[in-house]
Amino acid sequence: MVSLKNKTVKEKTVNENSPLVEIKNLKKYFSVGSQTLKAVDGLDLKIYPGETVGLVGESGCGKSTAGRTITRLYEPTDGEVLFQGKNIFDYKQGEMSHIRREIQMIFQDPYASLNPRMKVEELIGEPLAIHGISKGKERRKRVEDLLKLVGLSPEHITRFPHEFSGGQRQRIGIARALALNPKFIVCDEPISALDVSIQAQVVNLLKELQKEMGLTYLFIAHDLSMVKYISDRILVMYLGRMMELSDSESLTKDPLHPYTQALLSAVPIPDPTIKRERIVLKGDVPSPINPPSGCVFRTRCPKAMEICSSAVPEWKEQKPGHFVACHLYW
Amino acid sequence: MENLLEVNDLHITFHTYAGKVQAVRGVNFEVKKGEAVAIVGESGCGKSVTAKSIMRLLETPPAEYGKGSINFGGKDLIKISEKEMQKIRGNDISMIFQDPMTSLNPTTKIGSQIMEGILKHNSNISRKDAYDRALETLTLVGIPQPEKRMQQYPHEFSGGMRQRAMIAMALACEPKLLIADEPTTALDVTIQAQILELMKDIQRRMETSIILITHDLGVVAETCERVVVMYAGKVVETGTVEAIFSNPQHPYTRGLLKTVPRLDMEKTAPLVPIIGSPPDLLDPPKGCPFYPRCESAMKVCKDHDPELEVVEEGQTAACWLHHPMAKAAQLQANV
Repeated sequence: MVSLKNKTVKEKTVNENSPLVEIKNLKKYFSVGSQTLKAVDGLDLKIYPGETVGLVGESGCGKSTAGRTITRLYEPTDGEVLFQGKNIFDYKQGEMSHIRREIQMIFQDPYASLNPRMKVEELIGEPLAIHGISKGKERRKRVEDLLKLVGLSPEHITRFPHEFSGGQRQRIGIARALALNPKFIVCDEPISALDVSIQAQVVNLLKELQKEMGLTYLFIAHDLSMVKYISDRILVMYLGRMMELSDSESLTKDPLHPYTQALLSAVPIPDPTIKRERIVLKGDVPSPINPPSGCVFRTRCPKAMEICSSAVPEWKEQKPGHFVACHLYW
Repeated sequence: MENLLEVNDLHITFHTYAGKVQAVRGVNFEVKKGEAVAIVGESGCGKSVTAKSIMRLLETPPAEYGKGSINFGGKDLIKISEKEMQKIRGNDISMIFQDPMTSLNPTTKIGSQIMEGILKHNSNISRKDAYDRALETLTLVGIPQPEKRMQQYPHEFSGGMRQRAMIAMALACEPKLLIADEPTTALDVTIQAQILELMKDIQRRMETSIILITHDLGVVAETCERVVVMYAGKVVETGTVEAIFSNPQHPYTRGLLKTVPRLDMEKTAPLVPIIGSPPDLLDPPKGCPFYPRCESAMKVCKDHDPELEVVEEGQTAACWLHHPMAKAAQLQANV
C-alpha cells in the first residue's frame, strides 16, 4: 500500500486529550408545511483524534441529518461544531473551503454519488481541481496513487463509474474523500448498499486507512454488528435525541437504555445454537413532527414509568464514559 | 415428510443486448410440508430469479426457461398453461416482496387489495364474506384497528405495517407455500424482529411452508430449518441450519460466515473478506464458479465444475474437496 504524507499522525500525540471535533447542543429542524420536524434535537459529542465513533439508530432517527450538519452540508438551527477548537459555522463561504479539506464525507449509495459522465480521473481529481492543488501530470499521478491506496488499479483511471461493481465504486468514493488529506471523515452508511462479501473488504480498507493516515471517523450505520466491529465508541440515537453513548464493548455487552437493549436483542445472530430472549418492541417509530412528550422512546418502551411522559430524562454519566438518558437511572 | 415442492435442474437465461445471461444454471432443491427453507446468496446469484420462476412471474422473453422442472402438487409449473398457473398463484403459492411500497397499489384501499385475491380464487364467495376474511387476516398479522385500516391507502401505512398488509394479502387464501423475497431488507431491525416473529408464528399455526430469500445469515439462523446456498446461478451447498452454520462444507459458505461481523464476537477477531467479486454470468466460467475467489482452489477446479454431492447425512455440497481423491487437499484446507 502506498503511504501518503500525513501530518495528523505526528500531531496525534500532542492532541491526545483535546477533541478533534466537538459538537455542542446541535439542532437541525426542518419546516414541513406549518409544522416543524426536529430531525436532530440536541446533539453533544466529542470526537477525539484517531478514533471511530459509531452513530446508530433506526431510519428517521436523525443520524444522517446529524452527519450532514456536522459537515455543514446543512446549516444548523442551533448549536456549534468545533473543529480543532473553532466553530465551523462561523466561517464565511470562502473560508469554509479550507475546512472542507479537513472534513470529508463518504456516502451510502455508490451509484448515486458518482457522476456517471465523469471518468475516474475527473471524479477523484475534482477536489484537487477545486482547491487548486496540483495539475496535469502531477494531479494524474496523485489520482493514480489514491487508486492504489484504495486497492484499485491505476489503469482504472480512464474508466466511467458504470464499468465498476458496487464495491469498487465505493472505493472510488473513498479515494475521492481522501484526495485532500482530510483529518475527519463522516461515513454515512458506507457499506449498506454492498453485498456481504464486499462489506468486509470495504470495512477492512477503512480500518487500514485509518491506521495509516491517522483518520478520525464518524461512522453512521444501522447495522449494529458492523458498527460494533469498526467503532471505538457508539452513540445511539432515537427520534433526534441521544439515548446512550459508551465504548462499543460495554455498550453491546452491558447496554443501559431499554432502547439499546431492544435494538441489540433484535439483531439476528448467525448461529442457530444461540437461543435468546428477544425484546420485541411494539409499534413503529412515532413521527418526528409530533414526537412524544418527555422521553421520546416512552411509547415503545417496555419499562416506561409515569415520569417518562412528563420529564425529559437527563443526559447522565452513569458509569465512567458510559452516558445514558433514561429515568431508570435517576 | 413429503415434498411440497421440487425444483429439478432448473435453467433460466435472459436475453439481453449484451448477450445471454445465464442467471440460473441447474438449481436443485426441495421444500417439505411445513418447512422453512432459506435461499442465501449475494446479489446476482439467481436467488430471486429462482423464486420468481416458481411463481412464473418472469416475463418470457426476455427470460427463457431451459432444461429442468418445478414440481408442485403433481404438476410441472413450467409446463402448465397460464390459466392453470393463475389458479395456483396467490392461492396455493403466494409471494411477498422486498419493498412493500412498490408492491402495493397506491390508488387502492388496503381492504380491497386483500379482497381481490379472495374474490378471484373463490368464485362463489360473497363480498361480505370476502370482507370478513380480509379483516380476519389483517387481525392475524397483528395490525391494530383492522376495520379502520381496511379503508386506508398504502401511503397511510408505515413500512412495517405495509409489510404486514402484504403478508395478510399473501395469506388470505391460506397458501401451502409462501415465498418471501428479502421481506425484511427494507425494514429497521426492531421492525424486522416483529415481521420475522410473525412469519414464524404463521408457519407454526397454519403449517405453511416458507421459502425465505435473503442475504442476511442472521435472519436465516433464527427463522429457517434448512438452507440452500447459491452462488453464480448454482446451488453450492444445502443442509440443515445447524449443519450449515456449525459445519459448512463449501468454501463459499465458510467464507460467508467469516465475512460477517457478529455482535457476540470479540472485537479483536478479524473480518476475513472474500477477495474479488462474483463472475459475470454473461460468460460463466467453465469450471467451479467460485474458483477465482476460493482459498482452497485446486487445479481441477479451473476447468471442471463439481456436482452437488451428499457429503454428510442431509447435507450436500458442490466442491471438489469432497472428491475421494482430494482428501489430502481437504485436510490442508481445514488447517
